[in-house]
Amino acid sequence: MLLHHFLDHTTDRLPGKTALVAGNERITYAELDQRVDSLASFLRARGVARGDRVALFLDNGMDMVAGVFAALRIGAVFMPVNPLTKQDKLTFLLNNARAGVLLTQSSLAFAWRAAIEASPAVHTCVVRDDDNAAPADAPDRILAFPEHDGGAAARTGCPESIDQDLASLIYTSGSTGDPKGVMLSHLNMVSAANSVSTYLELQESDVILCALPLAFDYGLYQVLMSVKVGATVVLEQSFAFPLKILERLAGERVTVFPGVPTMFSLLMTLKGLERYDFSPLRMITNTAAALSEEHIRRIRALFPQATLFSMYGLTECKRVTYLPPEQLDIRPSSVGRGMPNEEVWLVDDDGKRLPNGSTGELVIRGSNVMRGYWENPVETAKRLRPAPSPGPHAGEMLLYSGDLFRTDEEGWLYFVARRDDIIKSRGEKVSPREVENAIYSLPGVIDVAVVGVPDDVLGQAIKAFVVSSAEVPLNEKQVIRHCLAHLENFMAPKFVEFVSELPKTDTGKIRKTGLA
Amino acid sequence: MQDNTDIKAAVRQFLFDNFIMGGDVTIDDDTSFMKRHILDSTGFIELITHIEETYGVTVEDAEMLPENFDSLQNIAAYVARKHATA
Repeated sequence: MLLHHFLDHTTDRLPGKTALVAGNERITYAELDQRVDSLASFLRARGVARGDRVALFLDNGMDMVAGVFAALRIGAVFMPVNPLTKQDKLTFLLNNARAGVLLTQSSLAFAWRAAIEASPAVHTCVVRDDDNAAPADAPDRILAFPEHDGGAAARTGCPESIDQDLASLIYTSGSTGDPKGVMLSHLNMVSAANSVSTYLELQESDVILCALPLAFDYGLYQVLMSVKVGATVVLEQSFAFPLKILERLAGERVTVFPGVPTMFSLLMTLKGLERYDFSPLRMITNTAAALSEEHIRRIRALFPQATLFSMYGLTECKRVTYLPPEQLDIRPSSVGRGMPNEEVWLVDDDGKRLPNGSTGELVIRGSNVMRGYWENPVETAKRLRPAPSPGPHAGEMLLYSGDLFRTDEEGWLYFVARRDDIIKSRGEKVSPREVENAIYSLPGVIDVAVVGVPDDVLGQAIKAFVVSSAEVPLNEKQVIRHCLAHLENFMAPKFVEFVSELPKTDTGKIRKTGLA
Repeated sequence: MQDNTDIKAAVRQFLFDNFIMGGDVTIDDDTSFMKRHILDSTGFIELITHIEETYGVTVEDAEMLPENFDSLQNIAAYVARKHATA
């Protein structure tokens, strides 16, 4: 089974069923299949071959979904990039992956135009004109999306593909500051989609509202799983106007709503929600950060008929654990247990398996575990380690999560802390190093330390402590604007404090303990 | 009270001061802040708070819509309407 077979099988079974809704547009599975086919033929004609990387720098919409399946159908590897990404980082990602193709939109030209100039491997840039601002000077490699002719999809795929081939490269924040490309095979992704859709009991009759970016695996899997079971996904570009999302939830008779705590916080601040009919909503899922007990209470008050799943995951293996909804009242702060077809346990510092009632690093074993980080053996070796040999799993690679958990006497898991200093803000991972590197590039900055501080809406807010030189006066706004120019918006500090010096260790490194 | 042109110019300046990242980003009167990724959900909350404080209006939850806040011209029209009915 290959990942794009989900689309082939569902189209054959339910060609007239609505697959996707985005804005005012609705398309059936047969129409999606045709779009994928046209784009796949177009990419193949541009010389895209098995294993080539196709970057998708697009807002949530039909093109993004078609791009995923078109790349897969010709044996290529899709690489989703968050549309908030700025020029410098996009350049890094395109070069790191040596992507041959970039699929994007004209409204993001301020980021991609200079990035492709600095990315020699990109031979084709396919642009959707979404703001009537088609590039005036279109060099040969910048092309429009192909028209679909309306004929049945020929599905001229890549017969050589096997499920060990890479399907996707998804970049994640690394504590060193450089993003790492998580390599996921077809087998990894099909396995994860099977496990998650099994425990959620997703059905063909479901309507899933996805306001999460498809560049985030939590968003991406809403589409993959919906296509697998033949459900419908309503794609939203943004959560900027929560009221619009609620209108959509009611208007499309949505049954499944995946969110992160920041979204739920924003929804809970709104008044007058009684006027909407949310009765079809049967399930709400949460991941990326834990919901507080207050959140849980208010979500249940607003959507009393919906079951609530608390989950925990890592891009490196998609999902790790889920808490069955009936356990929520018994252990509200638990993230549950390993999902189906996956084994998880805790180990001590020597790698020894710990009994229930202990605290240790979470280890994951299953066919959903990534192949490693793209061309990064050092970081790969930190996370993927061979199972002890001799032993029952000899020859397998195990995923060391880097997260500390504790178990209760029955084996339910509770998140304790990360072992690195990655910050979780708005459900996104933020590397303090990446933010510090951006701030260091601002003239006048001598020293900087970035930490996470508790925040009701964001989970953690980003705070920068800056030592600046007397010659170049800086203010908080300048630092924040500079970060917005170079980093995804969610990585920009909310607070900047200027200090005369930062605490240092004996070896001269900045010591962050106590900074808040 | 300020006229529409003043409001658009002032809000444009607010966005440049607080959100815009150098480069060649321009904001026309009808540019969607959401589509251009100038603002995200928390950015809109900051913008709306700024408009309430600067123009002495109270934004109701039901008014927090793109029709009112997702471009300079929408904001200017919204503020003018609020002032007219105040």
